[in-house]
Amino acid sequence: MTLETADSPPISPTALRPALRRHLHLIATTVVPLVAALALSGLILALLGVDPLAYYGWVVQRGLLSPSGLEATATRMAPLLLIAASLIVAFRAGIWNLGGDGQFLLAAVIVAAAAPALSGHLPNWAVLSCCLILGAAVGAAWSVVPALLKAWQNVNEIITTLMMTFLGVSLANVLVKLAFLDPRTTVPQTRTLAVADRLPRLFETTVSSGLLIGLVAIVLVHLIMTRTAFGLKLRIVGANPRAALHAGLPVPRLTVAVFAISAALAGLAGAVEIVGVQGNVRADWNPAYGLTVVPLVFLARFNGFASIAFVFLFSVLSIGGESAARRLGVPNHFTLVVVAILLIMLGITEHLDQRRRAAGR
Amino acid sequence: MTQPGHPAAFRTDEPIVSLFEVTKRFPGVVANDSVSLDLWPGEVHVLLGENGAGKSTLIGMLSGIQTPDSGAILVDGREQVIDTPARALELGIGTVFQHAMLVPSLTVVENIALGGPAWSRPDKRGIAARMAEVCAGIGVRVDPHAPVGSLSLGEQQQVEIVRALMRGSRVLVLDEATAMLTPKGSEELGALMRRLVARGLAVVFITHKLNEALAFGHRISVLRLGRKVGEITPDRLTALTPQVVTAEVVRLMFGSDAASAGTASGPERQPFAGGAPVLEISGLAVDDEAVPLADVDLTVAAGEIVGIAGIDGNGQKQFAEAVAGQRPLRQGRIDLDGRPIAALAIGERHRRGLRYVTDDRLGEGTVAAFPVSLNLLLKRVGDDLFWAGGLERSGPIADHARRLVAEYDVRTPGVETPIGKLSGGNIQKALLARELSGEARAVIFAKPTYGLDVQNIRASRRRIREAADRGLAVILISTDLEEVLELSDRIAVMSQGRIVGMVANDRSARLRVGELMSGVAT
Amino acid sequence: MSALFTEAFLTALILGAVTAGLPLMLAGLGEQISEKAGVLNIGLEGMMLIGAYGGFLVAYGSGSIWLGFLAGAVGGAAVAAVMAVLCVGLGLNQIVIGIALTLGAEGMTALQHHFQFAQSYPRLPAVPTLPIPGLSSLPVIGPALFDRPAIVYLAVAAVAVTSWVFRRTHLGLALQAAGDKPAALDAAGVGVVAIRSAAVLTAGALAGLGGAFMSEVGAGIFVPFMTNGAGFIGIVLAMLARGHPLWLLCGAVLFGACLSITTALQVAGVDIPTDVIQMLPFATVLLILILFGRRAALPPALGVHYVRGAR
Repeated sequence: MTLETADSPPISPTALRPALRRHLHLIATTVVPLVAALALSGLILALLGVDPLAYYGWVVQRGLLSPSGLEATATRMAPLLLIAASLIVAFRAGIWNLGGDGQFLLAAVIVAAAAPALSGHLPNWAVLSCCLILGAAVGAAWSVVPALLKAWQNVNEIITTLMMTFLGVSLANVLVKLAFLDPRTTVPQTRTLAVADRLPRLFETTVSSGLLIGLVAIVLVHLIMTRTAFGLKLRIVGANPRAALHAGLPVPRLTVAVFAISAALAGLAGAVEIVGVQGNVRADWNPAYGLTVVPLVFLARFNGFASIAFVFLFSVLSIGGESAARRLGVPNHFTLVVVAILLIMLGITEHLDQRRRAAGR
Repeated sequence: MTQPGHPAAFRTDEPIVSLFEVTKRFPGVVANDSVSLDLWPGEVHVLLGENGAGKSTLIGMLSGIQTPDSGAILVDGREQVIDTPARALELGIGTVFQHAMLVPSLTVVENIALGGPAWSRPDKRGIAARMAEVCAGIGVRVDPHAPVGSLSLGEQQQVEIVRALMRGSRVLVLDEATAMLTPKGSEELGALMRRLVARGLAVVFITHKLNEALAFGHRISVLRLGRKVGEITPDRLTALTPQVVTAEVVRLMFGSDAASAGTASGPERQPFAGGAPVLEISGLAVDDEAVPLADVDLTVAAGEIVGIAGIDGNGQKQFAEAVAGQRPLRQGRIDLDGRPIAALAIGERHRRGLRYVTDDRLGEGTVAAFPVSLNLLLKRVGDDLFWAGGLERSGPIADHARRLVAEYDVRTPGVETPIGKLSGGNIQKALLARELSGEARAVIFAKPTYGLDVQNIRASRRRIREAADRGLAVILISTDLEEVLELSDRIAVMSQGRIVGMVANDRSARLRVGELMSGVAT
Repeated sequence: MSALFTEAFLTALILGAVTAGLPLMLAGLGEQISEKAGVLNIGLEGMMLIGAYGGFLVAYGSGSIWLGFLAGAVGGAAVAAVMAVLCVGLGLNQIVIGIALTLGAEGMTALQHHFQFAQSYPRLPAVPTLPIPGLSSLPVIGPALFDRPAIVYLAVAAVAVTSWVFRRTHLGLALQAAGDKPAALDAAGVGVVAIRSAAVLTAGALAGLGGAFMSEVGAGIFVPFMTNGAGFIGIVLAMLARGHPLWLLCGAVLFGACLSITTALQVAGVDIPTDVIQMLPFATVLLILILFGRRAALPPALGVHYVRGAR
């Protein structure tokens, strides 16, 4: 029920203070779940007999403070940023593309096969460009079925993208083991791209220039989604599909475009990981970045710049966690626990915040 | 209009239910402000009031959907807390909501069985038998094994009334029960209410239609802006003439100054002088599961308002969407200014000047979370004026919004405010601003005043007149007959997906339209 | 290829289909109940994993497979309880919380497993079978279907019970109403939150039982991430079976056959890489979705939080 508020002022002159309050509020609703999640995860560590302070200390030391750790963290960010960009496009347009892992892995395998084959025939910059484009194309291709089913049959994309992920992961393994097997090694893996032929390092560090690709991609995605007519159209479809139809937007075509862009970015992430870091794909390799980045973009409220910060944080946790696994004997699956708790804390914080606001009005 | 006499066959020394100074607040709004109300056995107690007067909240508290912030509810003289719908049923208060509370995929008996002990088997035969008994007692007929989704709204209401009686309800609350019914259906419901109170029930009948209040009620309470502003007792209701009661109720509902004005938005329209046809629709047919359209012909001239009257759900929505381009046609032509547009997409039709003001303001008309400024451009995203090469130009977008907000008197804290935070009336103003600005040629208004308060109803109707006076071709779809009669030059009546008659808006129009709507005339 | 249709091959195929299909069926059955009541349970995978771990742990520790099954069901229900509180009670996004629960369960079980069984990889003894007199001596289907652990018969009975509840009880009507028009259920005096919570908890218990079956009967061991998408397949099966538990049974067995055909083919002496075969069920589902996608029916109020009095 709404009563007319006929006496509300036409335009508010005091726009600054609410803006400041909004920012503070945003920070509070982000920091609170973060701290709560780290605390709860620490409690779990303590229950398992690990000193949480020592663990977190080690993680910060190895993921953030040590130069080699920081470089590893920065390198790790590249694929994660691209996946975050992929998810931002999809989620802002109201599409649950949970098929990132399949798109990522399949693109990675095909790029891993193509890169050594191409190198030598083409100049290095051309090989790398081809590989990046190829990765994006493979990712996009792997979303065609869910895209068409969603756009014209309205089949729930959660189900179809998950199915395509399982299918893609299996197919990637089949390709590694049967089609692209490197005959010169005993380990089942693809041929390796020579280190010299990979994406150039940044300055004097070990950081792959994939980081730049990731940063550019996510900033570009953010600007497209917030500042362009195309992005606005996608956001309308996401926020209210019926309004999009009413406004005459070509919803099925936009839906297909969202899938294509989102999956291409996931595929690009795979390509960057291969030509930047791995150089080959071993059988059964699956970093499963897809679902773990979901909480990060939610925490960033689909904002590209905030996503960079959270991807950085997660990379520290992840690189430090891998080191801690070797040193402290805590498997890096612990990172999954942190992320899960973080997501739940975020949900609860937002809920409480909404309740508080409703009560305070 | 005859005044029903007060049946005096039962104990009438104590009301079944009393509300005592109940108050209910929502964020920013006092929905009910110490309202007191007695529900007596043997009486149809009419609650009259406009949208937003607090009727729904009052019913919510009777039926256990909301609880009062202060005040008390007494049942048989004892104070009770009604905090769940189950508790309300236990106390003998049954509610029939405006939107049927039945599960469409279940049959009538299954719906009635709903809520039985979890692990036991529903006794469908027994329920059907008891149902037949109750139906016979109050003179209605319902097929117990029909899926509810296949019943008409009137039939669904009957099912709900029967269900309430089978649960032993002594108080029956009917929320806007006639809103979706034909005039004949409303008459039948009125007769049914009288039979119910004759059995000793108390009926609460909520409506905003004055004539029904007078025809069916024994007692009338008027709500306005959350307060009970007056009550007409049964003895006064029988003593006074209908004219006197009407005047008093109008004064109570709209305040003293409104008694003469009502919702009329101005003087009667000058008879339409004739003009060149702008929008020509012929042989329109549309496939639809619920109401397919067939053989719809309609021509609207520049400066003309053609009203489309009819009971809600007879194809009006399908018609508006088909013309606007939101639904594919099976066959038919649509010409705008002599050029065919039936093959064009929604956006192109909009650019050519065809506008559609939807009745589903939040569902499809706007994106609630987006600022007012972008909602005002929702149908022009990518337009070169506001997006340079696809890049947003925030200056022109804000200027455009400020201009329309001022011109159409949209009350908003700012053009960046999410439109969902505005009231229904202001959202409607924004929609009108979006559709009527620019190079409009023909406008379809779908239920343009649905759910608005008097001031906004008046403002919306004024806009519709002005649109026609500017030379636009106007189609006015409304389920409010008064509105159609007030504004239209000609009136088409829609029934079951067809236009069943076209009437010039003269003195006999009301009668003719009523006959066409109820299916009496052919 | 003449060896393909020998008795040994067919027995191995059907036996494998039942063993691989049963967890899917249990999870799918749970999802079906939960979806009927209007809750999309993406956390099913996590509930299965917790069930698998809890079942294995208790069965190993106590030596009783039945205590293990009980622990699996309780573990699954415990994860479901989190979902019930957050999604049904507070109305948080069902998909987001579902993902969180799956990730969390993956991490927790892997972590726990590491700390408890990092050095040793204990195996459970084979679960004793309960031959059904008469039927178990039939050729092929006798050993494949009627000489199985008792839990298999119970799981099939659960399908029959669910079917009976859906069609013949007040509870079935209430579940349907909760997913179709929760306000009507509320108006009829039944708590929507209670019905939905019960449905989610049941789904969790069934998924947990399915997980426990995987570790105790199927593998005899717990391996991190061992459910490998079974929960998600269960969700798809539930959507395709459109509210009919019996269809679900058939679908799960067919799916199980796809998963187990490698083993059967090895029995027959045909060598096909596991990964190729593993793609079969997913490809099948996609094909089904492409062919019948439009008809995959979901309740109108699925995924929509119910707030009394909200319009």
